[in-house]
Amino acid sequence: MARAVSTRRKTIATAAAWGIGLLIFFPILWTILTSFKTEAQAIADPPIFLGFDWTLENYRVVQERSDYMRFLWNSVILAGGSTILGVIIAVPAAWSMAFVPSKRTKDILLWMLSTKMLPAVGVLYPIYLICIRFGLLDSRAALVAILMLINLPIIVWMLYTYFREIPGEILEAARMDGAGLKEEILYVLTPMAVPGIASTLLLNFILAWNEAFWTLNLTAANAAPLTAFIASYSSPEGLFYAKLSAASTMAIAPILILGWFSQKQLVRGLTFGAVK
Amino acid sequence: MSLKRVLGATTALTLCSAAAAFAQDTTITIATVNNGDMIRMQGYTDQFTEETGIGVEWVTLEENVLRQRVTTDITTKGGQFDIMTIGMYETPIWGANGWLVPLDDLSEEYDVDDILPAMRDGLSHDGTLYAAPFYGESSMIMYRTDLMEKAGMEMPDAPTWEFIREAAAAMDDDANDINGICLRGKAGWGEGGALITAMSNSFGARWFDEDWTPQFDQPEWKETLSFFTDMMNESGPAGYATNGFNENLSLFQQGKCGMWIDATVAASFVTNPEESAVADQVGFALAPNKEGVEKRGNWLWAWALGIPAGTQKADAAKQFIEWATSKDYIELVAENEGWANVPPGARTSLYETPEYQEVPFAEMTLNSIEAADPTNPTVDPVPYVGVQFVAIPEFAGIGTQVSQEFSAVYAGQQSVDEALEKAQAITQEEMEAAGY
Repeated sequence: MARAVSTRRKTIATAAAWGIGLLIFFPILWTILTSFKTEAQAIADPPIFLGFDWTLENYRVVQERSDYMRFLWNSVILAGGSTILGVIIAVPAAWSMAFVPSKRTKDILLWMLSTKMLPAVGVLYPIYLICIRFGLLDSRAALVAILMLINLPIIVWMLYTYFREIPGEILEAARMDGAGLKEEILYVLTPMAVPGIASTLLLNFILAWNEAFWTLNLTAANAAPLTAFIASYSSPEGLFYAKLSAASTMAIAPILILGWFSQKQLVRGLTFGAVK
Repeated sequence: MSLKRVLGATTALTLCSAAAAFAQDTTITIATVNNGDMIRMQGYTDQFTEETGIGVEWVTLEENVLRQRVTTDITTKGGQFDIMTIGMYETPIWGANGWLVPLDDLSEEYDVDDILPAMRDGLSHDGTLYAAPFYGESSMIMYRTDLMEKAGMEMPDAPTWEFIREAAAAMDDDANDINGICLRGKAGWGEGGALITAMSNSFGARWFDEDWTPQFDQPEWKETLSFFTDMMNESGPAGYATNGFNENLSLFQQGKCGMWIDATVAASFVTNPEESAVADQVGFALAPNKEGVEKRGNWLWAWALGIPAGTQKADAAKQFIEWATSKDYIELVAENEGWANVPPGARTSLYETPEYQEVPFAEMTLNSIEAADPTNPTVDPVPYVGVQFVAIPEFAGIGTQVSQEFSAVYAGQQSVDEALEKAQAITQEEMEAAGY
């Protein structure tokens, strides 16, 4: 029988969830509000919350100064390309570790994760030199590969966890029905793991979208994504917070909308296998 | 649609794009920072393209990212940029390493002798210019004339630190949320480190003696740091240990500072009525000195345009630099946006222009720039060039670490003596490792 939950407890839990949610969302809300203020209102003390004359001036200036669509397109290609490529490589890897484990599987998984512990700047020069050597500086191809490699351990880990939840007997049954490895992965495993794969795709798309070390250091005019677009509005000498906020809002808007519409999928995927 | 028409359309399209490509066959890429004058310049680049047929791609970055980015690119010969926006710190070092194209063949019309001597010296190595100044700055005192009057004091043109401390205490008004003085305390060699180093010159301190021995164990440094900390604790804003240029600009524009000693370029912001609540109540004075010390606490800096040695488009890049740092460019901006908005501090002729002389901060900016001497920054002789920095490659690291120790003093986390002891040890170790 389900545990009875009192209305009072429910109300408290809901209020707490809303409170925490709003607290987390507040910096984003503040950025969005600031983007509609004048520069003087943006730095006003005490800060103005809603009682200001809303203006679209900052968006006009940002539109005029930067080719937003070029940055957006680069972000879409880098985040999308690296995520899809990562999943293509990670599905067979996670399959083998989940269904044909060896005694070293755990070590391999940990080793993969350990690559995430190296500070990125530690390999900046080698990677920069490789890019120069192959003519790949400021190219989307190099960044797709690098972002994919950065996120690959997470993709493999996530898929491994989801695959582990799928009973091996189902795959065995498929094999007995004559399915080869390709059919087994493509027609049996993948459809069953769709929620997990979808949330992996989404999470890694967001991670790649927000990546701001390699995308700033390896790009110039051609492959620069939205992270470079935001960085171009930060000023050491001058207060351009309202314009910076407008640029930030424009940069996070697509991912915010994507997250909003896919939240059900995202939550389902992230909690997949959590309740037995 | 017939095959013939499709082919015809395709050919036409190809020809059109080929023609467009030919018209703009050279495109240069410029790395820059998001400062007001740079952004203004980006707005005028279409005119340059129209005049020369050379296209321009801008890569605008945050200052620290820009520094990391262009340093990586120039040391690895990455060839990502044809022009880099660099400062007075990098230029002589990179010039000495052969990483920059010498600007020794600029055209006669460009009139290289018109560049302010202090700027030219700071951007040269062995007498060769390696980057052309787009705008230059020193530091000076900006103060509230109304608050000074209320305090019953009068700001001299060239005040001493003792006067500044007294005036700061008199203008400080907690009830009305007014801090007597706002100064940079933020860690970073280009932030709080720049201010305290420039200030130390006016107390007779120096980073190194002529044998490259660090001097933080000398009484002049203790006096500088103690004076700064005491004055800021008495009359500075709360949390000044994390305030940099922008934080202080914000405080001053809201009328919360009696005085602010910082970059001369701030003058155009604080006197702009659209941004500043105190625009018509701002006065200017030279950066202070300690009574009896000839050197003043003002720095010298330029944002300049240099050409990395590996570029294939050096000629086009040079053409752009000549255009962007020319007298004509200054006139172009003056015509469209008024004299107060032209890039300051680079050319002598600007300060001889009658219209510019009427700009309230013009004279004090020039005096401040002329009062700084990068080759002879402090009282005793030094082996280095630079007023608020030491132009050696190791300085970026050492300067940042030392300023972190100083910021910890401002935040009340350690004493002046502890910080100086650590600064001495850090500097000694790094310099020994570097083979000095």
